[in-house]
Amino acid sequence: MILRRINIRMSGLGGQGAVTAAHVMAMAASKDGKFAISNPFFGAEKRMAPAESYCRIGLRKIYDRGELVFPDVIQVFHPQVITMGKSYTMPFYSGIKEGGLVIINTDMPLLSDEDVTRLKDLNVSVFNIPGTNIAMEIAGTELATNMTMIGSVAGITKCVSMEALDLALQERFGKKFVASGGTATLDEAIKKKFAKKEMLLKKNLDTVARSYEIAAEWAEKNHVELMVGEAAAA
Amino acid sequence: MAGQPSPIGQKNKKGQVYTDPWKMMNEAERTPSFFTGSEVIKEAIRRASCDVMIAYPITPQSEAAALIGELFAEGYIGDYFRGESEFAVMSQCAGAAFGGARVFTTTAGPGTMRAMENFPMWAGARLPIQMIVTCRGINSPLSIQPDTLEISYLMQTGMLVWHAETAQDFYDWILKGYMVSEEPDVHLPLALCCDGFFVTHTKDMVDLTPVDMCLPPYDPYRSPVPCMDMECPPVRMMRDPFVMKSNYISYATHASWQQEVWAAVERSRKHAIRWLDGLIDTENTDTDVLVVASGTAVSQSREAIAMLEDEGIQVGLVKVKTLRPWPGEEIREATKHAKHIIVPEFNVAGWLAREVKATIPNNERVHAGPHVCGGMTMPPEIIAAEVKTVLGIKAPSLAGRGG
Repeated sequence: MILRRINIRMSGLGGQGAVTAAHVMAMAASKDGKFAISNPFFGAEKRMAPAESYCRIGLRKIYDRGELVFPDVIQVFHPQVITMGKSYTMPFYSGIKEGGLVIINTDMPLLSDEDVTRLKDLNVSVFNIPGTNIAMEIAGTELATNMTMIGSVAGITKCVSMEALDLALQERFGKKFVASGGTATLDEAIKKKFAKKEMLLKKNLDTVARSYEIAAEWAEKNHVELMVGEAAAA
Repeated sequence: MAGQPSPIGQKNKKGQVYTDPWKMMNEAERTPSFFTGSEVIKEAIRRASCDVMIAYPITPQSEAAALIGELFAEGYIGDYFRGESEFAVMSQCAGAAFGGARVFTTTAGPGTMRAMENFPMWAGARLPIQMIVTCRGINSPLSIQPDTLEISYLMQTGMLVWHAETAQDFYDWILKGYMVSEEPDVHLPLALCCDGFFVTHTKDMVDLTPVDMCLPPYDPYRSPVPCMDMECPPVRMMRDPFVMKSNYISYATHASWQQEVWAAVERSRKHAIRWLDGLIDTENTDTDVLVVASGTAVSQSREAIAMLEDEGIQVGLVKVKTLRPWPGEEIREATKHAKHIIVPEFNVAGWLAREVKATIPNNERVHAGPHVCGGMTMPPEIIAAEVKTVLGIKAPSLAGRGG
């Protein structure tokens, strides 16, 4: 399916970097010459509470903002979004468009038979990726889980290029950036963890690249196509 | 100041050049920047030659307030401090403005309501304070998410009230806002509103004016009322207030002064038309169905209109930019061909629909809604569904999709 715009809902938990992931995706899309908007949605900021962010990428100017009620792609950053209902919608895939895509960070199947049937009825593809494991393996910290989510959605949809993601990551982590007091503290924490900024950038990028490869391979093998382009080209 | 040479062309202590505001806003080269709305507020204030900014944390304006603290640390603001509460902040803003300073502050939702007593006081005292309102829910159960109900209260205070759609509007209107509200025949506070989160926390492309240009400083001698001097308070307000007297003179003074405040709101019209290029924007107003909206509801309507266009349904749009002054004549003209007028709003009361109904003939054409409230998002799909409903076109139910 080729869409003029791809709407991505990122469902995660506070502290996982879902907001950052949407910002990085939108920055990268903007660097690729596409139109993009990202925005977060959360309650009182605290760790492990539901937090969502939204990224819209397209070929025309985007006005739409706020929660993505009818997304093309849903990314689940944490199994608890599904298993403990830490989601702004029940079920977590409520509103997904026909022919859409669900990407779940998990190393085991999480969906009930009912979920599987409903998603199948809507012709929605489901991709499980052990994102946290990959983050631990490559970056040495689960804080890089969001990088695997960026890589996986980019790998399947190609809505942003790896080059642009590299530039966006440099912009996001290479210089002083204040989104909020809480985010600034988290940024500092992760910067200390990587000791050096360059190492942080490299490990983040490696994590993105690895998950990009895995996801791209999966999409090819399973003939999943969800791209941004002029619909007439479809 | 009176009798002193113009500051235009001189440099401030940060090396920025005081620039003719019209040239700065309309002719200077712009740099596209991918920023959140909060960062955009900071960048506008960097160029606004503000004397005083007073802050108090309340989501979703806290980031902007904190970022302006950084500006102060960098030396771009005369003074910056945190008040004890929103009420204190707005009272302190009044003090600073009485003293002849260009004042900026930000608030949101319950903060706006808590400070409400100050706003008619600001207007009555003719203080051209600029207040950013990043709207959020005000009712219980609490919400930090956008809901524009607080604007309906601000509209009766005598302040100028503008409703920005995007971060670009915000950037431009912060700077232009001072130019309008500081005019001697206006000299009123401005509540520059946006829908919190949708503007403040959204990353979007914004064209910024050069960083080395800034507005000329505020000239308090252009005020139509004297600067505060406790030895000689204006119209005996402080030493012998009217509230202490019950006589014809005190009533007459009150009445005439309140009328003068609202006359000043009206007089701001010509300046706002010039700076904002009209009080409303219109698209395709010869269609049968027209959407009239302000703030983020305009953005969501643009998406809905594009969706409907793909299905061959033509819908026009009126973007209301200023609520005070109210663009009644403009709206009457823009809606004269419309058979159906849809007014989508991010609040339960539907205040914009009420204003429109009070303005136009045959107001049964106005369909108040769709409404979302308490911080809900308004998907363009529900605006499109509303349009189809009034046109008698069957639309598939949106409820329970995928559920």
